Order: sequence, then structure tokens, then C-alpha cells
Amino acid sequence: MSVGAYLSAAVTLLLGQRLFGETGGTDLQQGLLFLSALIAGGIGAALAGLAVGIPSLRLKGDYLALVTLGFGEIIRVIFQNVDSLGGALGLNGIPNYTTVFWVYSVAALSVFTVVCLVRSTYGRGFLATHDDEIASEAVGLDTTRYKIVAFVVGAFFAGVAGGLYGHFKLTITPTGFDFTKSIEIVVMVILGGMGNTPGVILAAILLTVLPEVLRSVDEYRMVLYSLLLIALMLARPKGLFNFDYTRIFARLRKGRAARS
Amino acid sequence: MGAPILELDKVTIRFGGLTAVDALDLTVEEGDLVGLIGPNGAGKTTVFNLVTCVYQPTSGVVRSGGRELTGRKVNEVVEAGIARTFQNIRLFKSLSVFDNVRVACNLHRTTSPLQTLVRMGSYHRDEENVKRRVDELLDLFHLGRYRDAPATSLPYGEQRRLEIVRCLATQPKLLLLDEPAAGMNPTEKDELMALIKRIHREFKLSILLVEHSMKVVMGVCQRVAVLDYGEKIAEGTPTQIQSDPKVIEAYLGEPHEKGFAHH
Repeated sequence: MSVGAYLSAAVTLLLGQRLFGETGGTDLQQGLLFLSALIAGGIGAALAGLAVGIPSLRLKGDYLALVTLGFGEIIRVIFQNVDSLGGALGLNGIPNYTTVFWVYSVAALSVFTVVCLVRSTYGRGFLATHDDEIASEAVGLDTTRYKIVAFVVGAFFAGVAGGLYGHFKLTITPTGFDFTKSIEIVVMVILGGMGNTPGVILAAILLTVLPEVLRSVDEYRMVLYSLLLIALMLARPKGLFNFDYTRIFARLRKGRAARS
Repeated sequence: MGAPILELDKVTIRFGGLTAVDALDLTVEEGDLVGLIGPNGAGKTTVFNLVTCVYQPTSGVVRSGGRELTGRKVNEVVEAGIARTFQNIRLFKSLSVFDNVRVACNLHRTTSPLQTLVRMGSYHRDEENVKRRVDELLDLFHLGRYRDAPATSLPYGEQRRLEIVRCLATQPKLLLLDEPAAGMNPTEKDELMALIKRIHREFKLSILLVEHSMKVVMGVCQRVAVLDYGEKIAEGTPTQIQSDPKVIEAYLGEPHEKGFAHH
């Protein structure tokens, strides 16, 4: 995400100056510039994901999570110490291109992509790999490849999200992408239920809105927020919106049998 | 006749000081239905893991159709036409019956991940083909009515059947069945035997069957190999095996009096 943010900000800052000069260009020009900046951010992040993914995907479960979090920290420290990227001050003066329209389009596009992917025969392989790696290999799936593809696609959209974020905040600093941010995103996924797209979307909305709603209790806000998270994890460890489809199915069948 | 569909050539594997499989020679010709039996811990499942490259042999070579399998990746063995089931059923828990079989169809598709992403080129045609093939397979094995149910909601015997159907979707030439009758009652065993005979006949497959149930092994296999402590102690037709003194010894222990086998 930080790779994407920096890369796309760099694209608009550098190319924008050079192409449109002081006038800033027309709306259409700006839109195209932003679009290419986002795509550049996405591709940059995807490449970074590929670079981290290939060696680290030999690891499993918790270890993999630690490596990716570690890599996030490395990136942050690098950005913090490279002066041409603003160092600790970050990049400033990014044009304000991110609008509601852009955010929702990108969100819709990413959801659409994920749903299309997962519904396809190829994409079912992702779920299969998640369920049982040994059995997946036994039906001929190249599980390493699947994991890398998932990693790269995820990184691409994270990069695009980073681009949106940068052009919304207008300034990006390395500290904006620290450990807490990474954890926050992981929590969204776990809370929503892994592999459950609608669940994760709902969890993301909930986790973004929740701190705002809790603003009224002021300094106890983060305390309450954490307590709620713990309570949710205890009550629904498989994800807040993860329903037991087997049982629902059984109940429906029973209901139908009772009626007929 | 070409090279055998499966050939183990002096295959040995040691785990530390334990020799789990010792210089095993085993051949499965095209169209064979071979049983592999032996007491608990004789190394039967290890043989499967060696063939499917889950383990690499300490020495010796596994070949299929004259080509070496040893050293390949697990999924490449499936590409070479060898599919297996597991002793403890391994279905994909979060997927439906239909999807469990569908996933196995990935092997023979031409659509690239990128084409899937942008839904162009052969994507839709390919997806239709897969759907039709999966439904055909499910209907053929009377699983059609469970099509959209979660795989793990199926009764035990049907889960076994689904696992076999999932293997068939990879279009194998050789099927390895690891204790398919485990935990089955006599009726289910009869159904299983009929199923094994049927896929052997209709799909023109070679089958290597690991099984404890003598009823199933003797009922379906043309040839049986017996393992004991990782060594092949006998091989022959079911009738020959049943009267082989070495086999009886391996199963029942050494006779205290001579002539025990005649009692």
C-alpha cells in the first residue's frame, strides 16, 4: 500500500508538472493522469508483492504473516530514510484527485474482480488451496503458484488503494503506513471471515465507522474499540459474517421435508 | 505393449533408522487392477506417497510409461496421469460437491489466469465445458442430487465416492485408492466393490488398491502384492495369496506347531 501511495504520488507530481505546467491541465487530462498514477501504483505494489511472495510463500500460516508484516516495516524505514522521497516528512503537495467517484469505482472494480476470480473454475483453486493444500496438489493444482497469484493480485489492489489514499490526504508520510495500519487491515479480514468477500467488506465498513461512532466517548474510544474487537473474536472466531452454511442448508432441507 | 503405467524399481525409503519400504519392485500394467495388502505399518501408504512424490525415495526409481516420476512435484504427478484418494477423506470443506469436482478440472484447461480475470478468449466456452463435464460425472455416480450441498454434509460412503469422482475429473490413467473401504459397513463395501469394478471397466483405468478388507481385495483384484515390514513377501492371484504360508505368517504370526496353516 505504501509502495502504491508513493509511486502514484510520484507519478502525478513529476508527470503532472512536466505535462501540464502551471495550469494543471483540463479535467480529462487530470483524470487520465490520476488513472495512470493509480495503475502505476498498483503495478509497483504487485511487483513488490511478487518479490516478497516468491521467497516467503514457502512459509506457512503465522510465519508468512510475520514475514509480510516485517516487509511492510522494511519499506517504511526505507521511505523514511530516502531523502528524494521526502524522508520522514513524506511527500507533500500531492494534487487532490481522489473523489467519492474514484473511491467507489475502484472499490467496485476490486470487488468485481475478486468475485469474478473466485467464481471461476480457476479461482475455486484459491479456496481449495486454502482448505487443504495436500488435497489440492493431489488434484493437480500448483499451490505455490496459486499463492503467488493471490499475493500479487492483493498487492495490486493495495497499491491502488495507496494511490487513492495519497491523493486524498494530499501528503503521505512513512508513519501513515506503520504496523498498526497493517494490523487494522488484517483484523478486517479476520473479522469478516477469511475467504468470505461480503463478510470482509462489511467488516471493513464496520471497522472504519466504529471509531467514528465511538468519538462521543472521547478518550475511552480506543479502549472500547479494542474491547469490542476482543468480544467479537470470542463470540465469532470464524468471522463476524461467516455463517455455517452446512447447518443452514440442513435446516432448509428439514423445513422442506416437513412441509411436503 | 508399451512401458508399464507404473513401475517401482528397487525403491527404498528410510526415515532415520527405519526402513519403511525396502527395495520394492512393483509393476502395474495398463488395465491392471492390483491390490496391495499387508499388516498395519507394512508401508502401504508410504508406497502411495512415494509414487505421488510426497516422499522422495532414498534409492530406487519410480517410473510411469517409461518416464521417471522421482523428483517431480506432487501436482506434476497428477499431470502425468496418476490420481489418488486419501485414507482419511480429504474433500475441500468450504466448497460444494460440484466445486470439489470442478477444481480438479483445472488441469485440462487452456484458459490462463489473465483470461479468467478479463473474461476474454476461450474463457466462457471453457467454463461451459467444465460445467458440463462435472455434471456428467456427478450424474454418472449418482451424486447429482447433492450438487450444491457442501461436500462435508454428505454421508460417509458418498464422500468416498465424491473423492473418487474428483480424481476421475483429472482424467487419470492410473488411480491409487488408499483404503477406500475403511469404516464402511458390509452394504457400503458391496457398493464400493461394484464402483471400483465399474470405473475400471468404463474408464479403462489401471487401479492400485491399498486395502485392509480382504473381502474387497479378493473380490475385485486380479493380482495382489503383500507387503510386510516394507518388503514384498508375496505376489500373485488372490487364490494364490490366500494359501501362501508367508502371507499367513505375516498376518497371524509364526505358527507354534508345524502345519498350523492346515488347521
